[in-house]
Amino acid sequence: MATLRSWREIPLGGVAFRLSTDVKTGDWRALRPVIDQSKCTKCMICWLYCPDMSIIWDGEKVFVNYDYCKGCGICAHECPVKAITMVPEVGE
Amino acid sequence: MVVKTIPEIPVKKGEPPYKLWIFEPGEKKEFPLVFNLRQLAEQRRPALIPGHRLCAGCAAPIVVKLASFAFRGPTIVVSATGCLEVSTSIYPYTSWAVPWIHNAFENAAATASGIEAAIKALKKTGRLKYDHVDVVVFAGDGGTYDIGFQALSGMAERGHDVLYILYDNEAYMNTGIQRSGGTPKFAWTTTSPVGSVLPGKGEHKKPIADIMVAHRIPYVATATPAHWMDLMKKVRKGIEVNGPAFIHALSSCDRGWRHEEAISIEILRRAVDTCYFPLWEWTPETGYLLTDRSLVIARNPSLKQPIDKFLEVQGRFRHLLRPENKELLKQLQDYVDAVWEDLLKRASNAPR
Repeated sequence: MATLRSWREIPLGGVAFRLSTDVKTGDWRALRPVIDQSKCTKCMICWLYCPDMSIIWDGEKVFVNYDYCKGCGICAHECPVKAITMVPEVGE
Repeated sequence: MVVKTIPEIPVKKGEPPYKLWIFEPGEKKEFPLVFNLRQLAEQRRPALIPGHRLCAGCAAPIVVKLASFAFRGPTIVVSATGCLEVSTSIYPYTSWAVPWIHNAFENAAATASGIEAAIKALKKTGRLKYDHVDVVVFAGDGGTYDIGFQALSGMAERGHDVLYILYDNEAYMNTGIQRSGGTPKFAWTTTSPVGSVLPGKGEHKKPIADIMVAHRIPYVATATPAHWMDLMKKVRKGIEVNGPAFIHALSSCDRGWRHEEAISIEILRRAVDTCYFPLWEWTPETGYLLTDRSLVIARNPSLKQPIDKFLEVQGRFRHLLRPENKELLKQLQDYVDAVWEDLLKRASNAPR
């Protein structure tokens, strides 16, 4: 913010005006879920149980949106065919 | 000054992955209850959008997500103070795709009652352009068992058409794991520490769902997100019923329960398998009815697991598995068995 805003320009107190999708919670992650598409049966259990809504079904396959995935590993644990592996994040 | 910055992710079929729930006035649409997950993934979007700052492995957003798949149309969500409230509404961000309000810790149910009364008044004078607007409350165990109980009891007594969903993580996790009325006996918390003097909390969990049954409201149920189909059915029933409804959903907390993040759902499954948290529903007409896994266990008692199965994966009960604390473990097992036997006696669909 370059200049101070006047009281008319300040948003109403207690009213949220931005969506939390601006906050990329993916940088919390220590383990990265990687989906093995050849093993995946598209049962959608990972999509159902993802607490961060970061597993996306595009109509044909399931993929992970790493912008928001916190790396909890619920998907890998719940996957009935063990198609998801948790790989340590390295670098960056 | 609304800033809409939803990331656009291309999908081949169905709705965009993240979207806000917008209903045009006069729209006559009721969402069906879908259990085919691929169909559900194409048609429905959860009420929570990503970017909320709940811990990795928290089950509360899963409760909200599953519940929102069962919403039937325009819905207003009320939250009591708690983990879910503070981490989804950090100013100026909001993670809710539906209209959402938070007032204070103790009055979530009272706020919901007011909203419901306003909806009724607007409908009477023809100013409401929707067929039905549902009010759903999400409150934690602190905001239900202890602080918010008088508001909840008043709401039930006045008979407002509100669905109250309690996500029970069994302590005040938001402020750093203090004991609440929902903490089970012998659990470690920072205010009921485990040592040579005390073996954790000294009192049993308050039977909140049974207390709500005693109010004789139209619908009371217990659920866990691990049994997702059951949870969705119960939420839909609670919304459709005319009058107050209460759902007690167990929700694991990896920080407070001291377990690995990945087993959040597994642990809830174990809670039901050991009969620590039986799944049932209650209506004034039918009485207690066991559902889902608990009904299976009632029909085939050999599936019932010892309570150790539930305790062994949690750090808060670690002391109970030491050989010198065998007596305490037996006490807990006897209590769980007594509650389960009592429920079997009351449930009308349990085998005799």
